[in-house]
Amino acid sequence: MNLELIIFIVLALTGAISAVGMITRPNPVISALFLIFNFFALAGLYLLLNAQFISIVQIIVYAGAIMVLFLFVIMLLRTGEEPKLFSEKKHIKYFAIVIAVLVFVQLGYLIFYEAPSEYISQRVQQSMEAGTIENIGQQLYTTYMIPFEAAGFLLLAATIGALVLAKKNFE
Amino acid sequence: MPINSSEYLQILPFLILGLGIVISTLFEMYYKNSENFLPWFSAILFLVTGAIALTGLHDQTVLFGGMLAAGGKSAIFHFIFNLGAAIVVMSSVNYLNKYGANFGEYYILLQSSVLGMMMMSAARDIFMIFMGLELMSICFYVLAGINRKKASANEASMKYFLLGAFATGFIVYGIALIYGSAQTTSIDAIVNNFSALTDNVIFIVGFAILLIGFSFKIAAFPFHMWVPDVYQGSATTVTGLMSTTGKAAAFSVLIAIMTAIFSENIPNTFVDYFAALATLSMLFGSIVAIAQDNLKRMLAYSSISHAGYMLIGLSAGNESSVAGIIFYLAAYAFMNLGAFAVISVIEGENDSNTELNAYAGLNSKSPVMAFFMALFMFALAGIPPMAGFFGKYYVFIAAIEADLTWLAVVGVFSSAISVYFYLRVVVYMYFKESEYDFIIQKNNSGMFAVMVSGLLVLVFGILPDTLLTQILSVINY
Repeated sequence: MNLELIIFIVLALTGAISAVGMITRPNPVISALFLIFNFFALAGLYLLLNAQFISIVQIIVYAGAIMVLFLFVIMLLRTGEEPKLFSEKKHIKYFAIVIAVLVFVQLGYLIFYEAPSEYISQRVQQSMEAGTIENIGQQLYTTYMIPFEAAGFLLLAATIGALVLAKKNFE
Repeated sequence: MPINSSEYLQILPFLILGLGIVISTLFEMYYKNSENFLPWFSAILFLVTGAIALTGLHDQTVLFGGMLAAGGKSAIFHFIFNLGAAIVVMSSVNYLNKYGANFGEYYILLQSSVLGMMMMSAARDIFMIFMGLELMSICFYVLAGINRKKASANEASMKYFLLGAFATGFIVYGIALIYGSAQTTSIDAIVNNFSALTDNVIFIVGFAILLIGFSFKIAAFPFHMWVPDVYQGSATTVTGLMSTTGKAAAFSVLIAIMTAIFSENIPNTFVDYFAALATLSMLFGSIVAIAQDNLKRMLAYSSISHAGYMLIGLSAGNESSVAGIIFYLAAYAFMNLGAFAVISVIEGENDSNTELNAYAGLNSKSPVMAFFMALFMFALAGIPPMAGFFGKYYVFIAAIEADLTWLAVVGVFSSAISVYFYLRVVVYMYFKESEYDFIIQKNNSGMFAVMVSGLLVLVFGILPDTLLTQILSVINY
């Protein structure tokens, strides 16, 4: 058993267990913390797949920024009396089960009967090279330079907009 | 791929507007009375940007490795956006002061939204379209709710945001499917292989989903649910911007991604979709508008039916229809902006005086306002010699050339219905006794906006060739 496989098993188990923990805990704060765990495990899996950039973005953006936002919202809007989704609407539960089974069957079929490695292995080298930070940075500042600058203005406008709607004093 | 520094000169309108946004932001941060300075700054900025865009009209190139186009159709669109935004700025100052909502940030968001529209119309890559669309939409969501104290403005902003985000989801999903099937996001590559790609089911599905997303943005019939509430609740000047330049930006994207169908030998795969949407939008908008007593709501429904007329052009799918749509968009932009500018001048505090009754006897209170409002109503109804007539005329001619005479007939029928509710406003203004008592503010910069739009509507109406020859000279690229 090589090291890569051991790391994979550890990460996959962490990911799976934290995902189950997230949906079963009644306390939303604990659920959110489990989700952070899940994101970290996913980031590790991306790293194993040689996708360094996505792995780091996963930690900075999802585990960092978005989850902190989630926690803030949960803590600020603390409403214990809120009716539970499933006890209010019973049929949603069956709908969720159907969707879950469908996705699971699809994934199982792909993994065990379709032999995805046949398609994927053709371009492993290419995709490994494309996923490195150097390559993404180079693309970002040459081919995609204009959209990159546009994203800057998009963020500026979004920040100004949020501040105007939330903070501006009316006289 | 190295970037040629001379390419920056050709995107000068973008650079100027971008620089303007940064300067305005700094000004807003460090200068206390920025709201007195920024309107003038933005108006001049828009006029300069629009003028520079026009100078590059005949200099068509694709820049930055196929990301942006300069000149041609995009130059005409840039001119429409910037001139429209300048008119909005002029009518905004006095209007926002009525609500105590004259913030410097309003003008920064206005500039950013125009930058987004310019990106949309100049984009040669789906990626770029998406960035521009988001920049425009996010600014619109905020601008719609700029008057935070008003409940209906909050409702409009929230509704627009939720439904707009939903439509964006559709667009992204469509882009994903197109990328998956065409293996590229370059519009030129998609357009050149259009007939080969339309054999692919995934491409067709992706394209249809993309079209649904944009049908929402142009406010066509089955995707119009948000229009009346958002147009009525938002600040009047912002509604003017959303309904004209926002619609023009979405149409510029539709024209760009559908370029293939406008050439002779490629069949229009989506003709049924566009024709159905056009028919439903025209009739629904015109018929429901009859029952409206609020002028903003009436113009919202009229905006749905105008989207229908423009969609006739997309169903026709020939060269004269592109010219027709662009002409229609230019004419519609200025007549609708003018009408909204009049409403913003007449409107009092707390949404008062937007009802039709408030316009009764307007002629005795302000003959100038009544004259221009009548002008815009005639133009919207499509009565010659106003600009609106030629917009409809070119689009209908294009439909007849494409053997879609029935669609043109439906269009004429719908215009005939719409004459009723447009002329009702004129009848109220000239032949009814005044019921309400209100004073129109003197020295109102909104008046100036009204006059400029009125002048443009007349010029485009009496001399339609000035604009049309320019459009025709650049669309054969």
